[in-house]
Amino acid sequence: MPRVEFWQGNVSLAYGALAAGCRFFGGYPITPSSEIAETMAEKLPTLNGRFIQMEDEIAGIAATIGGSVAGYKAMTATSGPGFSLKQENMGLAYMAEIPIVIVDVMRGGPSTGLPTSIAQQDVMQARWGSHGDHGTIAYAPSSVQECYEIAIKAFNMAERFRQPVLIMSDEVLGHMREKVVVPEEGSLPIVNRKRPTCDPGEFIPYKPDQADNLPPMASFGDGYRWHITGLTHNEWGFPTNCAEEIAKKCARLMDKVSAYRDDIVEYETESVDDAKIIVVAYGSVARTALSAVRQARKNGLKVGYFRPITLWPFPDREIETLAEKAGTVLVPELNFGQMVLEVERAIHGKAGVVQMSLVNGELFQPSEILKKIEEVAR
Amino acid sequence: MPRPEVLDWLRNKFFPHMWCPGCGHGIIMHAILRALVASGKTKEETVIASGIGCSSRMPGYIDACTMHTTHGRSLGFATGIKLARPELTIVDVMGDGDCTAIGGNHFIHACRRNIGITAVVMNNNIYGMTGGQASPTTPLGAKATTAPFGVIDPPFDVCKLAQGAGATYVARATIAQPLLCEQYIKNGIANKGFSVVEIISSCHTQFGRRNNRRTPLDNLNYLKGASVPLVKAEGMAPEELEGKIVTGEFVKREGTEYTDLYLELIARVGGDRV
Repeated sequence: MPRVEFWQGNVSLAYGALAAGCRFFGGYPITPSSEIAETMAEKLPTLNGRFIQMEDEIAGIAATIGGSVAGYKAMTATSGPGFSLKQENMGLAYMAEIPIVIVDVMRGGPSTGLPTSIAQQDVMQARWGSHGDHGTIAYAPSSVQECYEIAIKAFNMAERFRQPVLIMSDEVLGHMREKVVVPEEGSLPIVNRKRPTCDPGEFIPYKPDQADNLPPMASFGDGYRWHITGLTHNEWGFPTNCAEEIAKKCARLMDKVSAYRDDIVEYETESVDDAKIIVVAYGSVARTALSAVRQARKNGLKVGYFRPITLWPFPDREIETLAEKAGTVLVPELNFGQMVLEVERAIHGKAGVVQMSLVNGELFQPSEILKKIEEVAR
Repeated sequence: MPRPEVLDWLRNKFFPHMWCPGCGHGIIMHAILRALVASGKTKEETVIASGIGCSSRMPGYIDACTMHTTHGRSLGFATGIKLARPELTIVDVMGDGDCTAIGGNHFIHACRRNIGITAVVMNNNIYGMTGGQASPTTPLGAKATTAPFGVIDPPFDVCKLAQGAGATYVARATIAQPLLCEQYIKNGIANKGFSVVEIISSCHTQFGRRNNRRTPLDNLNYLKGASVPLVKAEGMAPEELEGKIVTGEFVKREGTEYTDLYLELIARVGGDRV
């Protein structure tokens, strides 16, 4: 029998990570994410795992990457300024292809901003943060139940593709309490990183397997000796200035997401088949949006709902198809317009895009979105 | 010529190295390798971590589990690895910029935790790789590309910093004392907790040419002349010690190592039975 719990979003996310096999957490306290670290501090030692509170956000992600290099499934969690501080070492994890999960419980910015209020202002930072190009995988849960499930998915993706995977939660979701039906152990798929099977003497650490173009990863301490560097490197992990080797490495960092795009992209829809207006929303805002869409339907308006579950890669083709059919897309966001740009890019002018923007530390009211739907419908 | 068992630790595929001819860092790498061999370590169970800079290219040349990370942050990564696998031997090689400037916070906290890592601080008093800018250990009055009229910022004393922050083994030698370097690194590795071995290195290319020590030999001769063993220094007046480099073992004490404490904690809460 599945267990039923009444959890806070942050706590649910931490339990999901543990269910995924996370046994290492390095972090630093920051509102509104600290409950994740606190839950890990309490649970990890009882599971023979490792928790460490580091001296700052930068060291928090550094230790997390170290834990992963030593063979553990590893996570760190942060918010706002902490997410900014982690960008440099995120880059190292992308370049060195070290799987980790990073949670950003979004709060208002810029700077210290609104530590205890919701925002969705880190969406583009998730995609383009850290200097240099890389493929991005970022999830946006919208319920406490989903915090649990997405934590598992995020680890599965990180382990499969050997790269950081982001969970873009938000302050309302992180601190909200809801019912969670905890899936039975073994009922959700768990992915573990691919390990080398060759003799240690034959190991070429960044040589991708032909079948999937992904290199297996050895842990420090498992008998394999290899070199990790943030410098652009060849298949041996050695720094290179050779144009051919550079091009190959950099392309592969993009390809692991683009080539497997259809395996990664997730979204949810409701009432889209005959819709003339599609409301596109994610995270906590999706809850408000869905409520407004349902009310509009009751009022006889042909309105649909589309929720990207992966913000990156973005479900662009799926939105394009629906938008073209509907004619109008409404995008409510708690920022001055981030994901709306991606929606515009996705639909190539085949539908009208209406932006709704709120930056005051609060959520939209369902009535506000409903009013906008009615305006657009006229 | 290095002994075959020491040469065996080199990653030949990585050569040639990028250090200037006459750089002090090669002497330190040789000392580290001799210390590891003398300590009976295996390449598979040894991690060499580093940050960014000339010194930090060293792990690439060593055929162990090696990790070249971000500027100043190597101790964060090394801490994660050590906590995950306390059985591994971890040597963190860092430059003076890495250790005392951008990574200063990580350095004092690693000292405070007394985690079982040996930090070898390769102090050449300058940012060499980026072109001779002043570091927090560049002596007062010395010239650097970012201090063309001489440094006015007081320098850090790496060993005093480590001692104050709680490291359980702290020693200093210079590259003019290669056997002493090996001995101190070996003692550092043998210490269960956090060890700091500061080795005064030289950079004739970026420091020497602006400060009247243009050749590698000028630098070695300077280091020989400026070094004072701790026993002798203890009997000297502060003004006599000005401009001198005191070498020796400053701290050698017992202290509970961090991962030992963590494993104890796991046992206390029953995690060892999972």
